[in-house]
Amino acid sequence: MWCQGYSEPGAGSDLASLRTRAELIGDEFVVNGQKVWTSNAQFAHWMFCLVRTDPTAAKHAGISYLLIDMKTPGITVRPLVQMTGDAGFNEVFFEDVRVPRRNLVGELNNGWQVANATLAHERNMLGSTIRTQQTFDRLLRLARLQRRNGGPASRDPVIRQRLADLAIRVETMKLEAYRQLTDALRGRPPGIAASVNKLVTTELNHDLARAALEILGSYGPLDRRSARARDRGAWPLDFMFSLGLIIGGGTSQIQKNIIAERGLGMPKEVKR
Amino acid sequence: MMDFGLSEEQEALQRAAREFLARECPPALVRETAKVPDGVPRALYTKMAELGWMGIVVPEAEGGLGLGTLELALVCEELGRAAAPGPFLSTQLVTVALLRAGSKAQRRQWLPRLVSGESLAALAYLEESDRHDPSGIGCAARRTRDGWRLDGTKLFVLGVPGADLLLVAARTGRGRVSLFLVESAAPGVRVRPEETVDLTRRVGEVRLRDVAVDRSALVGREGGGWPLLERLLDLGAVGIAADSFGGAARSLEMAVEYSRVRQQFGRPIGSFQAIKHMAAEMVAEVEPARSLVWYAAYAIDHRPRESARAAAIAKARLGDVFGRTVNRAVQMHGGIGFTWEHDLQLWIKRACWNEVAFGDSTFQRERLAAIDGY
Repeated sequence: MWCQGYSEPGAGSDLASLRTRAELIGDEFVVNGQKVWTSNAQFAHWMFCLVRTDPTAAKHAGISYLLIDMKTPGITVRPLVQMTGDAGFNEVFFEDVRVPRRNLVGELNNGWQVANATLAHERNMLGSTIRTQQTFDRLLRLARLQRRNGGPASRDPVIRQRLADLAIRVETMKLEAYRQLTDALRGRPPGIAASVNKLVTTELNHDLARAALEILGSYGPLDRRSARARDRGAWPLDFMFSLGLIIGGGTSQIQKNIIAERGLGMPKEVKR
Repeated sequence: MMDFGLSEEQEALQRAAREFLARECPPALVRETAKVPDGVPRALYTKMAELGWMGIVVPEAEGGLGLGTLELALVCEELGRAAAPGPFLSTQLVTVALLRAGSKAQRRQWLPRLVSGESLAALAYLEESDRHDPSGIGCAARRTRDGWRLDGTKLFVLGVPGADLLLVAARTGRGRVSLFLVESAAPGVRVRPEETVDLTRRVGEVRLRDVAVDRSALVGREGGGWPLLERLLDLGAVGIAADSFGGAARSLEMAVEYSRVRQQFGRPIGSFQAIKHMAAEMVAEVEPARSLVWYAAYAIDHRPRESARAAAIAKARLGDVFGRTVNRAVQMHGGIGFTWEHDLQLWIKRACWNEVAFGDSTFQRERLAAIDGY
């Protein structure tokens, strides 16, 4: 099981400003620094990690990609509790952590290119249409069971419009995923598809959870500990968790910048 | 023509309330109170009562401050800004019910206790159907020789289990709605807190099993409960709208503050247009909404024929605006805004309950359409 060591306290949207240092001493890198929002680090056996190997180079140019055994001495994992009350992600601290040179992926100081490839996969995963379709199916089941104004919510014209609109958005992303898959099989470059998928789907997932809360009325805020909660209280948690996924893996704002700058070739904002 | 702004006294009240709550009700107290079984921060409520807030709309002759619903809404706004715990609003609803329809004896018995903060109260009207219209009330009150016997289960009662006094909506002869004062410690009453995501306020379940009350427990006329209840629900909607406004304003402030200090790409994130526009869109929704709250509160006292419409508009709009604003505030914070440790979670969860309390936005928009005859 693997975790991804990318974000740091000072390097979120500006990932390339990361400061976790890896110094090559003989045949080993010595790693010092801190990662944050590291999902499942408390369970992972390995981490793929971005580290700064050349502090004098331009920020994108001095980064390398390392594979780190999580059992290595000097690694401390501290779980972070998210607003849902669960601890899904962690802080990971490195203190003189020794990593063999052979664990370097790609060339020294060429980690940014490797990271961009994996980031696209992460965004595609977060933008997974299968999960969105499943969430919609659950939402529809809820709408049929939950009573609103004396009848099933799914018969309420306001709710029907909402559900149909969501169904259309889900269907759009599902067919788009098939088309992208076909393109990939034909060996065509995906371009900024991953960013579009991530942007659209994470916001769609959040809207699905929001629609569920609307259908639920006073039953919506009931927590998973409540016997009256529908679907074991999954919806308010989904509502919060899906908000987190709009942020994780590159915020919506970052995806929009990528779409405009890399996708459309629009001039870059002046950034250092 | 009304003067569309706050008086100097109202502005002073608002300022004093904000300073008081910033000092006495920091997020640490909100989190601490979440662990208290009845969800009431006693020391804070004692001080609120000393300031006169518990009797803000009660006439001076009966020990209150003798102020209006607008002043009450200003306090609610500040409580929302602080994500303040406890059954303040629900207590106000029952207090207003007594002022509008209570007998002399009921007022004499309960107002001093409510004004002093010794008693906290809650309005028990919703049931399993979650309907905010008369058809939602199934709880039955049977007449006996010396009073009534009540049976039924009330859900989503804001202010329970902290409240010791309940105003219960029940059906009496010919199925009409009547309102009864029931003490939560009375035999046959079982009160249970409900588990919600909101850490800042409690809602609960009230079970009434053959609960005997005196004739004097009836508030207003027998069968005349619905018109009174409807006005209380309007007041509740306005109170929640004001609370939502305060919460939205606070989340916006927190987000803007963070955008000034959080550095990425070698500069504060607030210097990026993406973040600036997000903040500006929040302002464009939050700022004008203040007028809806003020007008709806004012209308309750001075424009009774417009008050239902104004309350529906304020509740529908503020429910949506609070949810969207706090959501954007989390996004402006990034990962840190998604943590348990960060205080924004208090408001995002409060918004979940505010959106549905006293009728959600869909309900209120439908009501507006009905009132305006389309």
